[in-house]
Amino acid sequence: MSTTFDRRRFLQLTGLSGAGLLLGVTPLRASRRTLAPDAFLQIEDTGSVTIWIPRQEMGQGVRTSLAMLMCEELDASWESVRVAQASLDSRYGEQRTGGSLTIRELWEPFRTTGARARQMLIAAAASRWQVSPARLRTRESVISDPDRGRQLAYRAVVDEASRQPVPENVRLKGPREFRLIGRDIPRIDGADIVEGRAQYGIDVRRPGMLYASFERAPVIGGRVVKFDAADALRIPGVRAVIPIDGTSVSWMLQWSHGIAVVADSTWAAMRGREALRVEWDDGEHAGWSQERIVREMEELAGRAGTVTRNDTDPNQQSVASDVCVSADYVAPYLSHSPLEPMNCVVDVTEDRCEVWAPCQFPGIVRSIVARATGIDAERVQVHPTLMGGGFGRRIYADYAGEAALISKAVGRPVQLLFTRADDTRHGFYRPISHHRMEAAIDAENRVSHWHHRISGPSRDAVRGADVETPERSEVYAANQMPYAIGNVRVEFNHLYVPIPCGPWRSVAYSQTGFVIESFIDELAHAAGEDPVSFRSALLTRDTFEDRDTVVDPARMRRVLALAAKRAGWSSPIATNGKRRGRGIAVTTDHGAAVAHVAEVTVADDGAVRADRFVSVIDCGIVVHPGMVRAQVEGAIVMGLSAALGGEITIDRGRVVQSSYRDYPMLRIDEMPRVEVEIVPSVDPPGGVGEPPLPGVAPALTNAIFAATGIRVRRLPVRAEELALG
Amino acid sequence: MTRKLLNVNGSSRVVDADPATPLLWVLRDELGLTGTKYGCGVGVCGACVVQVAGEPVRSCVTPISDLGSSEVLTIEGLSPCGEHPVQRAWLAEDVAQCGYCQPAQMLCAAALLARSPRPDDEEIDEAMGDVVCRCGTYVRIRAAIHRAAKDSRR
Repeated sequence: MSTTFDRRRFLQLTGLSGAGLLLGVTPLRASRRTLAPDAFLQIEDTGSVTIWIPRQEMGQGVRTSLAMLMCEELDASWESVRVAQASLDSRYGEQRTGGSLTIRELWEPFRTTGARARQMLIAAAASRWQVSPARLRTRESVISDPDRGRQLAYRAVVDEASRQPVPENVRLKGPREFRLIGRDIPRIDGADIVEGRAQYGIDVRRPGMLYASFERAPVIGGRVVKFDAADALRIPGVRAVIPIDGTSVSWMLQWSHGIAVVADSTWAAMRGREALRVEWDDGEHAGWSQERIVREMEELAGRAGTVTRNDTDPNQQSVASDVCVSADYVAPYLSHSPLEPMNCVVDVTEDRCEVWAPCQFPGIVRSIVARATGIDAERVQVHPTLMGGGFGRRIYADYAGEAALISKAVGRPVQLLFTRADDTRHGFYRPISHHRMEAAIDAENRVSHWHHRISGPSRDAVRGADVETPERSEVYAANQMPYAIGNVRVEFNHLYVPIPCGPWRSVAYSQTGFVIESFIDELAHAAGEDPVSFRSALLTRDTFEDRDTVVDPARMRRVLALAAKRAGWSSPIATNGKRRGRGIAVTTDHGAAVAHVAEVTVADDGAVRADRFVSVIDCGIVVHPGMVRAQVEGAIVMGLSAALGGEITIDRGRVVQSSYRDYPMLRIDEMPRVEVEIVPSVDPPGGVGEPPLPGVAPALTNAIFAATGIRVRRLPVRAEELALG
Repeated sequence: MTRKLLNVNGSSRVVDADPATPLLWVLRDELGLTGTKYGCGVGVCGACVVQVAGEPVRSCVTPISDLGSSEVLTIEGLSPCGEHPVQRAWLAEDVAQCGYCQPAQMLCAAALLARSPRPDDEEIDEAMGDVVCRCGTYVRIRAAIHRAAKDSRR
């Protein structure tokens, strides 16, 4: 699929926005004056290097780290590099951002592009100097011939280089040759951010643009019965009130029924919406409540489910004398709640459409807009913007479908902005889940069996209970339980709940990590053993692969030992007359292993304070150590926010919470001291965005147990369960 | 709609707006100063913080009728070219992840340092607790404030 663009129009749209960042640029065809071995790289005869970033930035640093990969192999000076956000274009691939995949997917391809261009520049210099290319060296955008002591800047040979054949095979640098990779290079868009110039989706402004606020059906699947727009239309600035028909075809194609208010400012649109009078038909889902969901999950937990893992070891059969340990865990619905609420700008004209959206999967934005407007996908252009947080919510593009319909109705570009309440109540949540755990410890203190039954909603069940394999999206983390236990059974019972669910940073690992690392801790305690050595003794399996995930127990053992050592695990924690304790958790997912040690203080009234986190991550070779540390620090904040107060609850088919007031986030005064250690490695890079998150909650609750003797099996932590007296 | 004179980033600006309009939306939609962000609109998250007469104020719940002639300072006005010690420290410590909250964080930090040039961690917590960072950059925010305090003393 190719898109045709008016090149002149795009050159006009290109504005250099601050230091080193171009927006919305499509690759210019390589001309005599540029070297462009592929769509991602362009070197001009001024020496300027432009790197197109085919992933979307949401704070994980891809604009910088990807540019580092290419610049490294190109041997260009970092100062000559600018990055451009790639618009959706098949030349850049699918541009899906998530799954902690960016570096893993582009580690080789981006470096190869840089190496190819470098080789073409060398070939051009070699040709001009009439020497063998093997004699030439490159550094900081300069080619040198050490034998003759002469030099050429890259810009001097760009023209000739562009006429060289693009080499198929190139040698990539070994880690010892890296000059950029492995260093804390300052973020390339840092100046934009500190000077307030960074442009998020919410900041996009188009000529003639109007602003929309959308009153959505409060209950999933609800519809408008009737509405009165008279008061809304009297609000100064309000231009139109538009009923919107929702749809729910698939996980990708869904948006709500409701009434949109369009105005000439954001505030007028919000005020107009408040003045609407709408009568809703709540539809069939208004009967769902938190109490019903929990009750039905607990009922299902008593039944055998679909078996998804069943290892039987004849050498390890349970006997009557084994100590049985069982526990039920519940992890709640969680919302992503990025600080920038969902939004986008859509400009629908007669037969074309342009979209500016903070989005993780721009292809989904295109599909949903094409579907909503009836315009051919080939004529829908999508320009991804910087995102004020993503975490998985911006994979969905419901806002784009809605905005497209509104723009089409008013014939103007429209910015649709979710209010905070919209964002909290109309999300795609981490599903609630119930986990029934059973294990047995034999006379030799070995775990002889492990039984994990998960009951709850499935992310795959979008339109109803009739979904073929609801367990697929929910069990893989439990199937990958890494401990060397002979008899393991994992089961899943599906409860269909119409609340939309989706991937929440670390996805199924987020709730399963809490459960596995809490339960293994319970087993260690039942066996009378130290939680670190108990886990270590069980992390003896060979590396195995499951669903494209590599589980490496040896790596887990290493980070576990390092974290314990750094935290001073073998010395007792200073209590100072208070209830204080240490807890540990080790997890692996998305290509990295992480161990967290948490130290907590539990007050007499049950309030929990995380005082210190010691975290060790092994994610293979590291592109930018500072960004890896930032992901660990950020995951600790996100994990603590969820564990200490995060819970989305349902009442009459609606989400109850509305803002950070009732879905609280950790503030700076609750932040523990954090020490992060990155294991040095030259293994291929793993992911980093998600792996540090699952272990945060269990490290915390294991520490609470150490401090109080009380097991927290339901999140969020409730002070009343920990209060003294 | 009434005509109102505002003092923003050292300049007089005339806006035509209902006096009840929150300062946030006047800044963003009328004056085109989009550095100040919308996070919740109910005064809880702090993303909209600007300085009014040197004090951090939640612009999403501050109607422009409350401003009088007080000076409003947004991130765009903190310095001409990003050379305020807070901005320099924010870059040196690589504070930002997504960056959405950082204009508000920086304005809070600048206000803190203006009244307390050598804040300890407790003062920092007190002053900065108003602004949520969903990405979790608090460790670096603290480090950057200490750095800015040190740099300012030179």
